[in-house]
Amino acid sequence: MWYLCVFFHRLLDYRRPEVEALAELFGAFGEENGDIKRSLEWRLPEHHHHDSPFHFVDLPSDDVARRIANRSILVKGIYELWGEGSSYEELEEAIKGYPDERKLPYLISESTFRITVDSFGKVISFQEQNERIQGLAYIPFKFSILSVVVLHLKSVYFQGRVNLRNPDHRFWLMETDDYGSNNGLPPVLQKRIFFGREVGAADRKLLPTYQLKSRNYLGPTAMDAEMAFLMANQALTTPGKLVYDPFVGTGSILIAAAHFGAMTMGADIDIRVVRDGRGPDCNVWSNFKQYGLPMPISLLRADNNLPPWRPGLKEVFDAIICDPPYGVRAGGRKSGGRKLLKGTVGPYTVPDNKRTDHIPSTAPYSLAECVHDLLDLAARMLVMEGRLVFFYPVLREDGSTDTNFPEHPCFTLVAVCEQILSLRYSRVLLTMVKTDPYSEEVAESAMKKHLEFKENHLKWLEDGNLHSAVFSPADPQMEMAGDSKFNKDSKPKYRGKYV
Amino acid sequence: MRLLTDYMLSSNIKGVTNGFPLRLEVEKSVEKEVDFNADFLKNMFPKIEWKALVDAFRSMGYTELPNEAESPMLDSKEFLKKFHHALLQLHLEEGALICPETGRRFPVSKGIPNMLLHEDEVFDEVYQIESQF
Repeated sequence: MWYLCVFFHRLLDYRRPEVEALAELFGAFGEENGDIKRSLEWRLPEHHHHDSPFHFVDLPSDDVARRIANRSILVKGIYELWGEGSSYEELEEAIKGYPDERKLPYLISESTFRITVDSFGKVISFQEQNERIQGLAYIPFKFSILSVVVLHLKSVYFQGRVNLRNPDHRFWLMETDDYGSNNGLPPVLQKRIFFGREVGAADRKLLPTYQLKSRNYLGPTAMDAEMAFLMANQALTTPGKLVYDPFVGTGSILIAAAHFGAMTMGADIDIRVVRDGRGPDCNVWSNFKQYGLPMPISLLRADNNLPPWRPGLKEVFDAIICDPPYGVRAGGRKSGGRKLLKGTVGPYTVPDNKRTDHIPSTAPYSLAECVHDLLDLAARMLVMEGRLVFFYPVLREDGSTDTNFPEHPCFTLVAVCEQILSLRYSRVLLTMVKTDPYSEEVAESAMKKHLEFKENHLKWLEDGNLHSAVFSPADPQMEMAGDSKFNKDSKPKYRGKYV
Repeated sequence: MRLLTDYMLSSNIKGVTNGFPLRLEVEKSVEKEVDFNADFLKNMFPKIEWKALVDAFRSMGYTELPNEAESPMLDSKEFLKKFHHALLQLHLEEGALICPETGRRFPVSKGIPNMLLHEDEVFDEVYQIESQF
């Protein structure tokens, strides 16, 4: 059945993939075997651009729609559409034409209801909102005398009482106006009005509870709560699963996974972050304690380049969710010591009496190698159909992004979501599903692919690293072309992908 | 560090062929309470090689689990409780994991095992791979 899905207007690339992931989680795809690329059918309202918050989606039932909306971070609400139109007259026609057997169950006298007026691209004053609600008189609601609005009653009414705080049924009247290109949004050619019954809505208490600004232990690259929950959703996190983060840091991603009921495990090469934190009450464990979440099964100090896993071990984790170091604000490290790896110095033996507290030297860990190791780890340690969700940085050139992502024979890429971070670069959340089992042959072919990838696609690594590409001084040509960072001659840019 | 982790780790020092299972040297072990989660236990069970896990439990002094286990046993609440206790509630706070072949100690402090290899333990292969870059 088709529902109206209204998104929060942010992180545009992440919206539909999140719904798709949650649809899979809540069984929308049924028992059909076949392609891993099962996906939902989507449509856009007339005159609406893909970036609009209003989308139509085909979901199997109210129950699935409700569960998706409740768990989602970017869905504001999912509605059963009773009518839409470009004018209030058209809307009335549509609503009257909507089958009674779908409407009447929600208009019975014993139930309470509330109508909310909402708008996108404009502001509707309180008085105008009331007028709008009044205009819906042809729908057989009956308002009690305690309500704010006075209605013209037109025909036989089914009783129902208004309850603004906790109604049984919520109805929404949503209006999108023809906002022009002056605020940077792609224009909606015509006004469109929707009226629907709310089937499910977002849990708005989630983000304020977990926001980073009140978190106990933070680090410079702690994942913000919204994004951490999005990642956990992309990874289909549910109770009973085991989720691993090989770059755990302060544990911000694992917190989101633990909130959704999974057991977690993390590793980091920096023992100070993982073991000590900033004190006995300010460390990864205290973060979990702060929210009353079950502690991680364990945290280790390990090097993903030389992982400590038992050779025969495989298919243990249900999901691996992480944010590898891109080398922009925090660089990756691996064992070895720079000189050691270059062969300048031979491997030295640490004297026995110094061994206990010896901190092995580490060397810079290039992004390409880091991602290859991550893919190898995931290929080995994920269960079949397990998900690998991680961020990958990309340099933006001429406003478009390079679409060559790392690959591995065991994985199928199911979602790519870009978040623009600055004029120069963005990061992309890649969601991969393990579709083929791991073997020695697979590992070898992956290594070859990796070397090829490094050759062909990472030219920006030649001169140094992503860090210098991002932070190099502004191109003097750009400054001459126009004022400030935005060149007016190029395609109009708008906020959507930046938030 | 819980025992599930010990079960997953091995000593990957260069040249070592039998780095698993790591023996536990217990200096301080703690029992921490964890909410019982049957879903998780049932999910983990098929992924585990039972014998190896029981050996790890034994070295922590927990002998209540049988040497062999099969999935029908998961239906018994009693078994699940013991499994839960051993897997999740026994913690090694301070001590070490010992490589069975070389005797190398991987210290565990504040519950966190340090699995980083020293410079002379790193695989030879590293040099081969590096030279290709």
